[in-house]
Amino acid sequence: MDAVRPSEQTPQPVTTTDRHSEREVVVTRTFDGPARIIFAAWTTPELLMKWWAPASFGIRFLSCEADVRPGGTYRFVFAHPQSGEPMAFVGRYLEVEPPSRLVWTNEESEEGSVTTVTFEERDGKTHLVLRDLYPSKEALDEAMASGSIGGYPEQFNQLDILLKGAPDVGSARV
Amino acid sequence: MVQFSQLRRFDTSFAAISDATRRGVLEQLGRADASISELAQRFDMTLTGMKKHVGVLEQAGLVTTQKVGRVRTCRLGAGGLREEAAWIERYRQMWAARFEDLDKIVEQLKQKESSDGRSTTE
Repeated sequence: MDAVRPSEQTPQPVTTTDRHSEREVVVTRTFDGPARIIFAAWTTPELLMKWWAPASFGIRFLSCEADVRPGGTYRFVFAHPQSGEPMAFVGRYLEVEPPSRLVWTNEESEEGSVTTVTFEERDGKTHLVLRDLYPSKEALDEAMASGSIGGYPEQFNQLDILLKGAPDVGSARV
Repeated sequence: MVQFSQLRRFDTSFAAISDATRRGVLEQLGRADASISELAQRFDMTLTGMKKHVGVLEQAGLVTTQKVGRVRTCRLGAGGLREEAAWIERYRQMWAARFEDLDKIVEQLKQKESSDGRSTTE
């Protein structure tokens, strides 16, 4: 993909995604703040609930539990207005190194990815690199073929696309 | 933000694969390229009927055709690659949307820290 590499000079924050290898997808972004703040936002349930499910997605948090320590589990439960069934994202933290590194598993399916996020602070800004590593090329290919992103069931993606195409829909703030 | 043209393409793809014959054609072309008349014969259809189905698949980018002499040969389009590109783009949009909200949290926490006069995090 045509990923644009952000640099310290990047005026506007740019989110890049790239299929880095046969079984890995990489996301990058720079935040205007120190790593300890960004890390806190990724590891504090009350803060996670404010950004992990953006309003534009039309989904909202029902509950967010995160025992952020190696071996600790997390469970994020969402509701979608178009679906009767709440959906849960579950997994386990493998590495927790404040404020620079966080690794967790995604266990909604057996072929789920392991996500590694690193936070690198420089001059008051924090460069984030997120790697989603799938167990095999087939697992990533399959995730792509099913249309599932980040463990989203396919039908939610269809809704996301529609909702995001119409900015006025799903504007309720979580 | 998803462009309207992108939405249209998704719609077209879904419409294209909603039909059993067209799914059969895709499966067939996955094994080997075939002419429209070969496909018509295999699916027991008129040439016109099959042309219509192939046209829908072609419009969705799932099939490409090439006419050599009087024979139009059909083969699978680069749908796999397109699918990957679309997935990557949706994945990017998901993170970009999250990060926009995260920016606001970061801003709030920074202000809180400075109004507290010292670092209170961690």
